[in-house]
Amino acid sequence: MALADASSVPAPPPGLDGPDPGRWRRRLTTAAFLAPAVVMLGVWVVYPTIRTIVRSLFGRDGSEWVGLGNYETLFTTDTLVTAIQNNAIWVAVVPALVAAIGMVFAVLTERISWKVGFRTAVFMPMAISMFAAGVIWHIMDEKDPERGAVNAAIGAIKDVFGSSGVLSRAQPSSDAITGSISEGFVLQATVRPGDGALLGLTAIPPAEVPEGAEQAATPQAAGGEIVGTVWRDFKPGGGEPGVVEAEELGIPGATVQLRDTSGDTVATTKTDADGSFAFTDVADGEYQVAVAPETFAAPFEGVSWLGPDLITPAVMIAYIWVWAGFAMVVIAAGLSAIPRDVLEAARTDGATEWQVFRRVTVPLLAPVLSVVFVTMIINVLKVFDIILSVAPGSSQDDANVIALAMWRTSFSGVNDFGLGSAIAVLLFVLVIPALALNIRRFKREES
Amino acid sequence: MASTAPIDAPTASPVPAPRVRTESRAAWVARQAARLPFQILMIIIALLWLVPTFGLLLTSLMPADQISEVGWWKLFAEPSMATLENYRAMFDNSDLVDALITTAIIAVGNTVLLVLVAALAGYAFAWLKFPGRDALFVVVIGLLVVPLQVALIPIFSLYNSTGLFDTELGLILFHVAFGLPFGIFLLRNFFAGIPKDILESARIDGASEARIFFRLILPLGLPAIASLAIFQFLWTWNDLIVALTFGRDVQPLTVAIFSQLRQFGSNIELIAPASFLSLAIPLAVFLAFQRYFVQGLLAGSVK
Repeated sequence: MALADASSVPAPPPGLDGPDPGRWRRRLTTAAFLAPAVVMLGVWVVYPTIRTIVRSLFGRDGSEWVGLGNYETLFTTDTLVTAIQNNAIWVAVVPALVAAIGMVFAVLTERISWKVGFRTAVFMPMAISMFAAGVIWHIMDEKDPERGAVNAAIGAIKDVFGSSGVLSRAQPSSDAITGSISEGFVLQATVRPGDGALLGLTAIPPAEVPEGAEQAATPQAAGGEIVGTVWRDFKPGGGEPGVVEAEELGIPGATVQLRDTSGDTVATTKTDADGSFAFTDVADGEYQVAVAPETFAAPFEGVSWLGPDLITPAVMIAYIWVWAGFAMVVIAAGLSAIPRDVLEAARTDGATEWQVFRRVTVPLLAPVLSVVFVTMIINVLKVFDIILSVAPGSSQDDANVIALAMWRTSFSGVNDFGLGSAIAVLLFVLVIPALALNIRRFKREES
Repeated sequence: MASTAPIDAPTASPVPAPRVRTESRAAWVARQAARLPFQILMIIIALLWLVPTFGLLLTSLMPADQISEVGWWKLFAEPSMATLENYRAMFDNSDLVDALITTAIIAVGNTVLLVLVAALAGYAFAWLKFPGRDALFVVVIGLLVVPLQVALIPIFSLYNSTGLFDTELGLILFHVAFGLPFGIFLLRNFFAGIPKDILESARIDGASEARIFFRLILPLGLPAIASLAIFQFLWTWNDLIVALTFGRDVQPLTVAIFSQLRQFGSNIELIAPASFLSLAIPLAVFLAFQRYFVQGLLAGSVK
């Protein structure tokens, strides 16, 4: 389309074109349509951007010229360097994961009958604010497995694959028993079928005596049996070591090992509520009895997701939870635009489903994938709210990113507008490739 | 196969139609059984995406004295524990009620304003001829990705000197300006697709541009306008950084929750219901207008 010539300033061209009464009217109309947008973009976007670039060359209060001094500070201050490094990790990890998950979901949902339901579920977090999503995950990520769902799930899985111990610590009550928590406590005297073994333990705080413990009891061994008791060999006033007395409680749930003379474990069992245990059908011979180390396995205390070490992965999980739906929907739209006959042709030629996916679907999806990728890179560079809500104050320095650093430097009590501007400019510079990409794509489509 | 099959992908199930007839019932059962682990996997994934939000809802229903003691799943064991007390306490808290109203004013106000300004400009870019039009539009596209962080400091100073600081209007104007590049882009592209004949005949009939805009373009552009409005509504309802920077007493919900969060742990019985309320409304909007939301998303990204 032919553009009118360049003089965009509405100076009336005197006479030459001949009188055109509608011309001024048209220009005024156009101006009326455009003016609100142009003014707003100018005042709130374009002018501040330029102002910020200039401001970044001045000091904290704006009166002193510091040249590139703020940029030097930016790249040498610990928390700010952490922010840049973290953001680099974000860019390297999150867009790829989001695109991959979105791709997998988009392909998988083609194969279920309730795909609308599935997609709505995964897409739903897109409607939620980053901030609220962060609150949600803050609650999920609580360290205490009693309160944090993530750690509760991990704890439950751990319990399935190997239960945790009933005690965290103990000591032998007499010299008849040796060993340690990590090796187990071994009764030195050997036993034979028909014998009993007394495994007294002390140094167990009352609060750590397992629930349901009853008065300790000494069972009688039948033929071919080795029996015994694991108990808390202590009562108010002390009591006599190595003897089961009234008011002394059995240790239920303790793991007891039967070891042969070479030290190998030949059988294990667990104690009852009164601390008693029994090995039945034991072959004749000499054995030793031991309280196994499993008894003392520390209970699962929860992964410290919100602590300084794991905070960035924790925030990333929350962020991916939000954005996976976006990638899924965009990629699914791309998938549905691939002509079915192309895929059918490949299948007819004998390609396996994986080959069709790898050699036909993915190449045809490349433009869509690149859109997802670029969008996610821009989003990830600006990540902000979700960190404020997932990370508790104590680990925010460790979770720092550029956008958050910019805000904290400028407004959160520090109020260094010079350095804050420099951080904002860094952020701006980082999105310029995306900006150029957008413009190139637009020009290609228009021509 | 006809050349244009894929109207909508869903019907393309991997079951080839002709084979179904020859398949024995036993084979069908076997195939369904083989798919069972896959179905279960998909259900687990869907649950993974639903559970966190659901957990927030249940947390908000826990009695205040239990909330920092046990996890929300305890409600399954003891459903009678559930209570609306936290919500009642929240609505008794005038700060949070004010915050809810402020949020609504900002979100609705700026959405209406943005739609109007973006539609005017979108129409100009699509159908009015003026010098420098394409160059100006390229600038708009360039502004699409400008991070709002670059504007915070200068606008902070500007608002302080003009009295716009800590006002709803200041927040609204900032949101409109940063919503404009996407708004203009989306609406211009949609308006440009309106058939030329309709506009030409209206012009020949002597309709003014204003009349064409209000009587033709706005009604015809409604799908795109709906997309834009939903986006902007969600975006501003969910905003934290802008309100945190330019507001002090004027606090939307996110900021109000944020200030509670700074003492997290002691007052989760207030944070949980407030957070759930703050996400329930955009969620309802999203579920009601999901189609427009997805359309806008695709137009904005795939285009």
